[in-house]
Amino acid sequence: MTSSEQAERRTMIEFRNVTKSYDAGRPAVDDLTLAIERGRITVFVGPSGCGKTTSLRMINRMVEPTSGQILLDGQDVAQQKAAELRRSMGYVMQSSGLMPHRTVLDNIATVPRLNGVARSAARARAKELLDVVGLASELGSRYPGQLSGGQQQRVGVARALAADPPVLLMDEPFSAVDPVVRAELQAELIRLQNDLAKTIVFVTHDIDEATILGDKVAVLAVGGRLAQYAAPEEILRAPVDDFVAGFVGRDRGFRHLSFLDGDHVTIHPIETIETSQLADPTVSVRSPWTLLVDPEGRPHGWIPAATRASITSQAEAVPGGSLYTRGGSLRSALDAALSSPSGLGVTIDDDGRAVGVVRPAEVFDLIEAGRLDRGRDHFNTAV
Amino acid sequence: MDWLRDIIDYVPANIDQLRELTGNHLVQAILPIIFGVLLAVPLAQLARQNRSLAGIMLTGSSILYTIPSLAMFVFLPLILGTSILSMVNVVVALTIYAIALLMRSTVDALNSIDDGVRQAAVAMGYRPLRRFLTVDLPLSVPVLIAGVRVISVTNIATVSVGALIGVPSLGRLFTDGLTRNYPEQIAVGIIFTLLLALVLDLLLVLLERLLTPWTRPTKASEADDVALDARTVAA
Repeated sequence: MTSSEQAERRTMIEFRNVTKSYDAGRPAVDDLTLAIERGRITVFVGPSGCGKTTSLRMINRMVEPTSGQILLDGQDVAQQKAAELRRSMGYVMQSSGLMPHRTVLDNIATVPRLNGVARSAARARAKELLDVVGLASELGSRYPGQLSGGQQQRVGVARALAADPPVLLMDEPFSAVDPVVRAELQAELIRLQNDLAKTIVFVTHDIDEATILGDKVAVLAVGGRLAQYAAPEEILRAPVDDFVAGFVGRDRGFRHLSFLDGDHVTIHPIETIETSQLADPTVSVRSPWTLLVDPEGRPHGWIPAATRASITSQAEAVPGGSLYTRGGSLRSALDAALSSPSGLGVTIDDDGRAVGVVRPAEVFDLIEAGRLDRGRDHFNTAV
Repeated sequence: MDWLRDIIDYVPANIDQLRELTGNHLVQAILPIIFGVLLAVPLAQLARQNRSLAGIMLTGSSILYTIPSLAMFVFLPLILGTSILSMVNVVVALTIYAIALLMRSTVDALNSIDDGVRQAAVAMGYRPLRRFLTVDLPLSVPVLIAGVRVISVTNIATVSVGALIGVPSLGRLFTDGLTRNYPEQIAVGIIFTLLLALVLDLLLVLLERLLTPWTRPTKASEADDVALDARTVAA
């Protein structure tokens, strides 16, 4: 197999010089050429007016391009019947877009029903999908108006998956829910994608979301110009121009640490005291800062040596910072160290038990060592 | 309270006539509602797709609505070639009023559907006709029925006018009562008309509840039924 044939097999969706202009004004999408890889998450990110949603909607012909071609698995989408084409792709939108007059199950069953699957079979499949997206089966008989925003988005994802399409189009699906639910939904999508390996095109205006979810990120500038198309790590580390650098934001140096793994961070042992021992004044502490843990070993704050004598209950302990899960990224290691009142980042294992602490200076050393390595790789010099 | 006794006595003594007039009245009131809905919904959808046509249709239907019903009842036989005493004249006239009134509210109902829902239906791969019948139409039922309720009440009232030119309906109780100076008969006519309007309105409210289960919180028992149903289907 030649390398170009291999590239073709890897490509699921291809934009070829696609332009969309409305009336005489500036184009919404300007000469977009882009190959979207099979089985990966590709994120279109950019400020409002950059044509990211328009680009997404041209894939399933909800918007027709003014010029250029879009190929799905090598076939021009313009040659395919719009309704059939749309049924072959899952679509998730910002407001969940669920049918208010249909139960959750019937909403999920929409596309299979359109494809002529019997009602009973479509509902049975819908019930399975409730479980896949983490919803209780009792919710199946409710109407969308009786669900929370996060639950509605999950139903939206289940509906998109119902006909088992190879392609999922997601148009800012998590932007209308609160940050906590959004983080949950993002984690859930990554988990689902590990099982399903769909070709996902995901639109967002949030660069953080783009770098968390994307295997590849396309940064679009106002006027529908593709500014940079690369792995998220590369976009954070090496923005191609001032627009991308500005869009990625001031924290990009810190965010980039998300992509450096913390396997080499040294975890130091730390003196601990159990919550049950607090009330007993004869249990003293030696270190300047002692970690308070419960009987299962989970951290619950810090006991400074200076005030040990006055602390008799868990409520009086100094609250801890963020926790670093062993093996996580350097970003979370550094954040744990910086947010900790003791200056020591509490490290936990996968069960939440404290296993030790990381020191900020050592995390910095690792960051610096990584930077020197990359400098040698890219520029043949240590920078 | 002799007059009350007289009114009550009037009913069993004239039960056959009352039954026939009530039947005639209902036919003339209900048929235009059904024809009106069947015609106004497609016309409204047509109006939504073509803006210039919409202007003509909505203005035209408003003008039609201003024609007095009595004039319409007298004029229609000339066009339709029906007898002046035929109930068809009343049914056609009231259907025209129903279309005029329903078209505007149906356009509003269809326009009020959340754009996200419509976009989602397109993205799911609905073709236009199926989307209209299974998404747009069911969602506009609450507004549609609100319009139908107005029409049902005005129809019950307007059908009586036909009695002036001899079309049989409860209105005959008024014309007869007037010529015979028989106030009990007029009172019975009013009571029957009111009852008809009330019963019809009640039925429409029930119909709406039946057609729009999603607009109110599910009762636990209902939810269980549906869940049970889904489970048997799954098994």
